[in-house]
Amino acid sequence: MLLLPWVVTTQVDVVLLLVSALALWTRLSGLSYPKSVVFDEVYYGQFVSLYMKRVFFIDDSGPPLGHMILAAGAYLGGFDGNFVWNRIGAEYPESVNVWSLRLVPALCGALSVPLVYCLSLELGASHLSALGAALLFLLENALIVQSRFMLLESVLIFFILLSFFCYLRFHNTCHSSWFSYCWLLLSGASIAVAVGVKYMGLLSYLLLLGVACVHTWKLIGDRSFSHLRVCVHAVCRSVCLVLVPVLLYVFWFYIHLTLLHRSGPHDQLMSSAFQATLEGGLSRITQGQPLEVAYGSQVTLRSSAANPVPCWLHSHKANYPIRYENGRGSSHQQQVTCYPFKDVNNWWIIKDPLRQELVVGTPPRPVRHGDVIQLVHGMTSRFLNSHDVAAPMSPHAQEVSGYVNYNVSMAPQNMWTVEISNRETDGEVWKTIMSDVRLVHLNTSAVLKLSGTPLPDWGFHQLEVIAEKLFTAPSTSQSWTVEEHRYGTSQEQKERELELHSPTHIDVNRKISLWAKFIELQWKMLTTKQENSEHKYSSSPSEWLTLETNIAYWLHSSSNAQIHLIGNPVSWAIANISLLTYHLLAITYLLRRRRGFKDIPEDEWNRFVSLGSVCVGGWLVNFLPFLLMEKTLFLYHYLPALCYLHLLSPALLEHVHSHLLRCGTQRRAMAVCVLGLAVSVLLSYRNFSPLTYGSPQLSTAELQRLKWKQSWDILYRRR
Amino acid sequence: MAECVALSKTPMDNSTLRLRKRAGSFRRGQNAAAHSFKEPDDGLSPNGLSDGSPEPHDVHVSRLLPVVACVSFSTRLYRITEPPHVCWDETHFGKMGSYYINRTFFFDVHPPLGKMLIGLAGYMTGYGGSFPFVKPGDRYEHHNYWGMRGFCALLGSFLPIFAYLIVLQLSRSQTAALIAASLLLFDTGCITISQYILLDPILMFFIMAAVLSMVKFHQQTHCPFSSSWWLWLGLTGVSLAGALGVKFVGLFVITLVGLNTVWDLWRLFGDLKLSLVEITKHFAARVFGLIVLPLFLYVTIFAVHFVVLNKSGPGDGFFSSAFQSRLIGNNLHNASMPEYLAYGSTITIKNLRIAGGYLHSHWHLYPEGVGARQQQVTAYLHKDYNNLWLVHKHDFNNSCPENPDLVRHGDVVRLEHKETTRSLHSHLHEAPLSKKHFQVTGYGMNGSGDSNDLWQIQVCGGRSGDLVKVLRSKIRLLHRATGCVLYSSGRTLPKWGWEQVEVTCSPYLKETPSSQWNIEDHINPKLPNISLSVLKPHFLEILIESHIVMLRGNSGLKPKDNEMNSKPWHWPINYQGLRFSGVNNTDYRVYLLGNPVVWWINLLSLALYLVMAAVSSVAVQRGFSLGSKRTDQLHVLRRGGGLLLLGWLLHYLPFYAMGRVLYYHHYFPAMLFSSMLSGITLDIWFKSTDLFFRTPYSDWLQTTGNVVLLLSIVYSFYLFHPLSYGMTGPLAHHPKSLMAGLKWMDSWEF
Repeated sequence: MLLLPWVVTTQVDVVLLLVSALALWTRLSGLSYPKSVVFDEVYYGQFVSLYMKRVFFIDDSGPPLGHMILAAGAYLGGFDGNFVWNRIGAEYPESVNVWSLRLVPALCGALSVPLVYCLSLELGASHLSALGAALLFLLENALIVQSRFMLLESVLIFFILLSFFCYLRFHNTCHSSWFSYCWLLLSGASIAVAVGVKYMGLLSYLLLLGVACVHTWKLIGDRSFSHLRVCVHAVCRSVCLVLVPVLLYVFWFYIHLTLLHRSGPHDQLMSSAFQATLEGGLSRITQGQPLEVAYGSQVTLRSSAANPVPCWLHSHKANYPIRYENGRGSSHQQQVTCYPFKDVNNWWIIKDPLRQELVVGTPPRPVRHGDVIQLVHGMTSRFLNSHDVAAPMSPHAQEVSGYVNYNVSMAPQNMWTVEISNRETDGEVWKTIMSDVRLVHLNTSAVLKLSGTPLPDWGFHQLEVIAEKLFTAPSTSQSWTVEEHRYGTSQEQKERELELHSPTHIDVNRKISLWAKFIELQWKMLTTKQENSEHKYSSSPSEWLTLETNIAYWLHSSSNAQIHLIGNPVSWAIANISLLTYHLLAITYLLRRRRGFKDIPEDEWNRFVSLGSVCVGGWLVNFLPFLLMEKTLFLYHYLPALCYLHLLSPALLEHVHSHLLRCGTQRRAMAVCVLGLAVSVLLSYRNFSPLTYGSPQLSTAELQRLKWKQSWDILYRRR
Repeated sequence: MAECVALSKTPMDNSTLRLRKRAGSFRRGQNAAAHSFKEPDDGLSPNGLSDGSPEPHDVHVSRLLPVVACVSFSTRLYRITEPPHVCWDETHFGKMGSYYINRTFFFDVHPPLGKMLIGLAGYMTGYGGSFPFVKPGDRYEHHNYWGMRGFCALLGSFLPIFAYLIVLQLSRSQTAALIAASLLLFDTGCITISQYILLDPILMFFIMAAVLSMVKFHQQTHCPFSSSWWLWLGLTGVSLAGALGVKFVGLFVITLVGLNTVWDLWRLFGDLKLSLVEITKHFAARVFGLIVLPLFLYVTIFAVHFVVLNKSGPGDGFFSSAFQSRLIGNNLHNASMPEYLAYGSTITIKNLRIAGGYLHSHWHLYPEGVGARQQQVTAYLHKDYNNLWLVHKHDFNNSCPENPDLVRHGDVVRLEHKETTRSLHSHLHEAPLSKKHFQVTGYGMNGSGDSNDLWQIQVCGGRSGDLVKVLRSKIRLLHRATGCVLYSSGRTLPKWGWEQVEVTCSPYLKETPSSQWNIEDHINPKLPNISLSVLKPHFLEILIESHIVMLRGNSGLKPKDNEMNSKPWHWPINYQGLRFSGVNNTDYRVYLLGNPVVWWINLLSLALYLVMAAVSSVAVQRGFSLGSKRTDQLHVLRRGGGLLLLGWLLHYLPFYAMGRVLYYHHYFPAMLFSSMLSGITLDIWFKSTDLFFRTPYSDWLQTTGNVVLLLSIVYSFYLFHPLSYGMTGPLAHHPKSLMAGLKWMDSWEF
């Protein structure tokens, strides 16, 4: 039956295989050494543990996908999350499979090398220079160190490279085939992964979009295409490169939020509504609360402002001092503050000014927007009051106090108007957790506001609460939400105190949409300010170019064995020189072309331009923004930019070789130089490999010999 | 060339000139085609910017311009003396104007030109510099303040006129120019900001003057090196120097002009008819007019500044000892003190970094969690009793011999803070901000302490046994126990450190100004005072020093916690204004807020511009054939609109990257560009009605559109005018208020 021979023809690029094998060997060998926590593993590790336990957290350093990828590796290795990540250098117990924790980043790091080889080919370089680029990647100590531990840079770099490779593959294949759009789709997906791993991926995404826009613009100018066809192409491209990444980015958050459904250490940062969706924590308390706030309700009021800390309106049996330190006087009435911990003194009772009783009637009469209420402090029965006395720390605003009648002609001014600011969406009735309420003082039209200033000793360092004149812009520090809520039933004060101490009961169910959760989480991640202190190994961008700085990742607990993030100095020098050369060449070519001299053929010029727009453009977008940033920066932030330069160097050498050197002698001399460079890259890799792999351990003298730059911080153990 | 000059001087001959130009540019177009040199911009219309539209417009220029000018002057100068008290930042700039009149040295983060002009205006109108400008709300009483306000308003009145001329030049359309001018004329924000003693009207005057001159200069392309060509080039340079001399925001307009010039040179460079010599001449002329001339003027401004301010004043401490010795009344002016440092002396120690500050301590401890809980040691820029330190021998005896010993290079000393009697101390704890350094504290009482209080004095470049000269020796203080060196990092401590500058002990022993100090005051009654001549600094040195001090001051203006901070995205939507005067309903209130109708029209036309530019670009790229009218409009949209859009971006986007505290009024220069862009955009939008309607209807629609637009601007101005001209009575939420029902956004505070 078989008329034709059944043949499988494959072509194998042996170089590619060889390079991949070497990459796997350099990245994966001895992966579980050192068997202790290395540098930022201590940071990412805690999140991996939280994933294993399904506990909610916020990390403002980046989107969640990166943590999830690390957690996936840990999950496959059977990590149960029971390890305390408290310090660098702590030994992992036997139960933790270190190899699997570090496997994913190492694989990404290893696969980057063959990927670079392919990417170079797509950029129009020859196989030889593609091999050069792959070698530069292979022998880059900094990339090796960064990919051998539970860190995210290698994952980021891999997906950035992948998306560029796919895009160029798409661009280089014939436009007529719809199959090529698979490549574009893949490109969009992998850039979405890159952005999901670190915000830094956004910089490369912008570059990718820029390149795609230029190509699409050319497509629009192509008159051989019909209008309809151009439209379809443009739409397809924007779907693949804009819509798909955005949807995927949201999808990462969907997974994140679905995985983490238990309450945890960062609950406090989120709104009450968000917290109520998490198991345990607030939802346990608020489950079964009545929804509508009524006259006689017992409530705790939480300030919507998250800075300096989330807190609840609070009062206690202590008065404002008669005179402050600076000599100003006060009303000497009871202090009202904002307190960042749950406390029985946070309970307030909502009272109808026209009635005496403090219990909820049957049926309950809900409080509506515009109603006038009084607020009675549960434990001390003082009324929330404000008057024309300067507040303790913010003298421009009014003091807020629990009213004490001293018979000194200070009448109580304790009526407050309820203004529900989100009544358009959540209705006119004051609702637990959902309604944002402003309390406007009836007599003076001042608004109850958290000033956020801590009080001195007499106020137990709690936060100051003031009443500020209306007609300032609305801000979150003026709005309050009811968090815990129950309908009061006790008539007598003693009974009531007992009731306040008891937990709340009755049921209400409250769900917010995933979209709202995503928006809130993303906003909180972007706006939560991290303490911006200097780290011992932090550095400034200008130090990265010349490798003036290093980071000590790990030091053996008893010997001199240590791991540092130090790049390969020779390849960094090559990278810098080629960057400079590219600029010089580009300027010369441009000026000469403008005056009508064509030094190189048109298609070589086009290739030169596209090489520059990807490589030099990539370096620019990944480096320049750091000059403007005010956050703590480390050497590893430079690695993505460096990768672009390593792509550039061999292609540039090839360009010089084939278009600038005319005679054979020059070419031969250059070949010798390049060979010399390659050997010195290899030697320098070998030289620094003890600091890269942490073994073998070196003597102090040998370490001193490795200290090529004065500014490097290499550790010596004193004997 | 000469012919060209002669022609352009007489308006009668305009027509012949026009003909010549057409012919010339036509030939150029042919040439370009022959060289197969496709320029993307010139490919659209081979005619230059100045052709392509009929001439009769020039007649109207003279008819409408006086109207614009009249309205402008009358709106800006109306009720100029109201309110008769200090409003908002007048307290700073009025005060600084007075300093010029009194010739007292002060420190400010802005370059001096604006304040000098204010001072000059005050001086000319009979203000004697006698009003103290203590705080906003102070009454002027009999002081002559109208001159300074009037001067600012006068410059502010030029803005609509300049806008009119710029848009007319760019678009060749009366309507566009009129729209742009009336957007500015009837904007309450522009009026308010022009009416007070502020730097902004002066700054905006120079910005607009620079743009106008640049545009006019480009009009002269056809006759390079003619006298009017030189005139506009020079005026551009002068205005640039003026803008930069008022505020560093002037750098943005310099960038705009710079980019435009680079683009222009690139165009010339690609013109293969021009020889390289010609191009070099063009290049050199621009270098002279746009770099050398402004730089010279800018330096001159500073020279005048230093010559005028020759008396000691509140800004002294920010500057080095050498700088201070120039100022009459400063204790270093013709100083007389003991020449060599001795034990038992009371001294102040100043860091050699520019704006480094004095070594300082006070009765406050480092807070918990920041190193050891001992007394803070900082660097402080102002002169203060807490800057005084006593020099003691290391062996803790407090006995004072009759003839005090002199301190020598290499001696080990203990420095005691005079006010708190604590010793300068360091130990192996992390410093509060620079984590690589050690913490410096005040420790012990009255000389009780430990070996960590010992410091070795080293004179830079000295040998052992050298004496320490006051003022002239650079010294370093080495900590004996840890081997680190006393260092001022230049970072500002948080609130617990009173926002003073951090002082640390650095383990890196490189000699930098941060680790070098000099002894400024030296008091020792047992030693004879000798008159010291401090080295007088060179003019270039004080120029550079004052710039570094200004930049430090600028970056030091960090937003405070708990303070309402304006964000750049608030500005274009007119989210929140600034209170100039008054809060309560009894006060005379002035509120800086743009006319919302104007600002929202601007916002809308920005979006419209982007859409129109995108659509038309795609149409051209797809090769649709457009009529000549449409091509002209496209040209205006791309060239003129592009320039203005670039101006808007350059004056707006950088604020996103700024860490310093920002205010609403920072947007006004950008708003000028935005309004001019609206003029061009809306005009072309109305003219494009014939795309959708047939001729008679489209003309009617166009006219109606323009009229409705102008009327709504004027009417909204009528509604909102109390914001700028002042209002009393109840606030806007009250039905009887002037502004009742006009508080369209909750965030407006009136």
